[in-house]
Amino acid sequence: MSENYVLTAKGLVKRFGRVVALDHADFELKPGEILAVIGDNGAGKSTLIKAISGAIAPDDGEIHLDGQRVQFSSPMAARQAGIETVYQNLALSPALSIADNMFMGREIRVAGPLGSVFKMLDKRKMESFARQKLSELGLMTIQNIRQPIETLSGGQRQGVAVARAAAFGSRVVILDEPTAALGVKESRKVLDLILGLRERGLPVVLISHNMPHVFEVADRIHIHRLGRRAALIKPQDYSMSDAVAIMTGAMAPPEEMAA
Amino acid sequence: MSQSDKSAQTFESGLEGSQSEVAKFDEPARSPLKSLQHALHVNPALIPLIILVLSVAGFGIILGGRFFSPFSLTLILQQVSIVGIVAVAQTLVILTKGIDLSVGAIMVLSSVVMGQFTFRYGLPPEIAILCGFAVGALCGLVNGVLVAIVRLPPFIVTLGMWQIVLASNFLYSRNETIRAQDIESNAPLLQFFGESIRAGGAVLTYGVIAMIVLAALFSYILNNTAWGRHVYAVGDDADAAQLAGVRVKRTLISVYVLSGLICALAGWVLIGRIGSVSPTAGQFTNIESITAVVIGGISLFGGRGSIVGALFGALIVGVFGLGLRLMGTDPQWTFLLIGVLIIGAVALDQWIRRISA
Repeated sequence: MSENYVLTAKGLVKRFGRVVALDHADFELKPGEILAVIGDNGAGKSTLIKAISGAIAPDDGEIHLDGQRVQFSSPMAARQAGIETVYQNLALSPALSIADNMFMGREIRVAGPLGSVFKMLDKRKMESFARQKLSELGLMTIQNIRQPIETLSGGQRQGVAVARAAAFGSRVVILDEPTAALGVKESRKVLDLILGLRERGLPVVLISHNMPHVFEVADRIHIHRLGRRAALIKPQDYSMSDAVAIMTGAMAPPEEMAA
Repeated sequence: MSQSDKSAQTFESGLEGSQSEVAKFDEPARSPLKSLQHALHVNPALIPLIILVLSVAGFGIILGGRFFSPFSLTLILQQVSIVGIVAVAQTLVILTKGIDLSVGAIMVLSSVVMGQFTFRYGLPPEIAILCGFAVGALCGLVNGVLVAIVRLPPFIVTLGMWQIVLASNFLYSRNETIRAQDIESNAPLLQFFGESIRAGGAVLTYGVIAMIVLAALFSYILNNTAWGRHVYAVGDDADAAQLAGVRVKRTLISVYVLSGLICALAGWVLIGRIGSVSPTAGQFTNIESITAVVIGGISLFGGRGSIVGALFGALIVGVFGLGLRLMGTDPQWTFLLIGVLIIGAVALDQWIRRISA
């Protein structure tokens, strides 16, 4: 390996019964880049993402994080290793507050016996942390961090989910179709959030069907086809229609890139 | 089209001059109706509290000192203590989008175990009581495993367990009642919750105090501990909670086990309340606890409501029951009014949930 990668996968295989979802797939993420993952429906890109975010265990193959071999038994394990995923359904609880949601599953307790014996949560600390993280990402004028998620708009919810990932993702942030359910204006805000993550040095994996969005923000594009990486391209070198052609098999992938 | 262009897409030029905040969190001005809806949304125990205060005031005005005396008011507390305790268990389960129809049966079986272990096997009452709690926890564990791991619907699981536990109760007890005098002379500990503190006309049994302490304890746990927040998250959207890192199965099982334990406590309090150990007691406790929870503003769809609300719900039923009895009306009026309250409460819940973003 000549280059330094944050996250790599080699020869990942995953079968569901007789269906081969991942067929010796490779994957590489460089530090501080936005890597887009595109692929047709059923190409296996969600399986790939689930494998590197710990949601499923691959049947074969290796995953390395910062050069160290890792095997995630659950999404929690991947999170503890610093890989945060923003799922398509956002994984937010609508009736609970912004702060509750940001700390779901990793709550902070009050110091001292109140926390250790009575398990009391440090709500003030969690709320101020949530507020700080949201403002860092430019989610402005947060007046009520106790507001339930269901009173927020789609873009705001996405913002909370991205803020949660950015706040805790120390190494990699994975975003699954973050703009799929959003309008033009809200999509723009989310793309700005993604660019903001890169500015802060966090590498981002972006799964999207939206070619204009992918070509705008991605540094490199991983094209997935038939369970494996068909090509790894730079958006400057190819047109959107080329990418779509490679993705659907209408065009042979460039030789030097076919892994 | 210049795909390699890193700038924003051309169709977005129309966004220029539009608002540039990513997310705004200020509260927009609301109409009075909207602000009421919002207040109820934030605090669903508000309506039951208002109904409770109004009904106490109403009966107080109509009946005067007969109703509005320390004796009558504490009598209501005594009458609702069993349902109030079971309603805490029911609240936990309903917050996870479940329902527990077996609460009454578990309560009775636990009380029978406490009594029979003492009298049939001659165990010390302390041990027999612990065995009663163990039986309650075990029933809850069966419910929890069937719901969380086998993934059967809570309604079906607890409907089945209701029958199984109730039948076991009759088979095991051979339908025998242990008389109050025997318990009093041989194992007074079983009647512990029937003892009381008297002040003036007020009579506070230990059972009433247990109900209040239990409700306060679980109110704290639900609001101020991670486990409590997880209970709400699981009921709100279990898949989302799972992805966010909540151990959903563990949370569900712990809720059903706790429900069983609380029902066992209710079984012990029941012995204190009726004096004897009777396998036929508490036949309607499951329905009464669901009634209290629903009137208390806890959503049957999970994730919304509070323990305090359930307690208010139980008290409302108690206030109507005693108030109408003192007025000399046919007791059927009580059931009729409770029916109206249930439907009203669920209609209100639906309205509160219809929140526009």
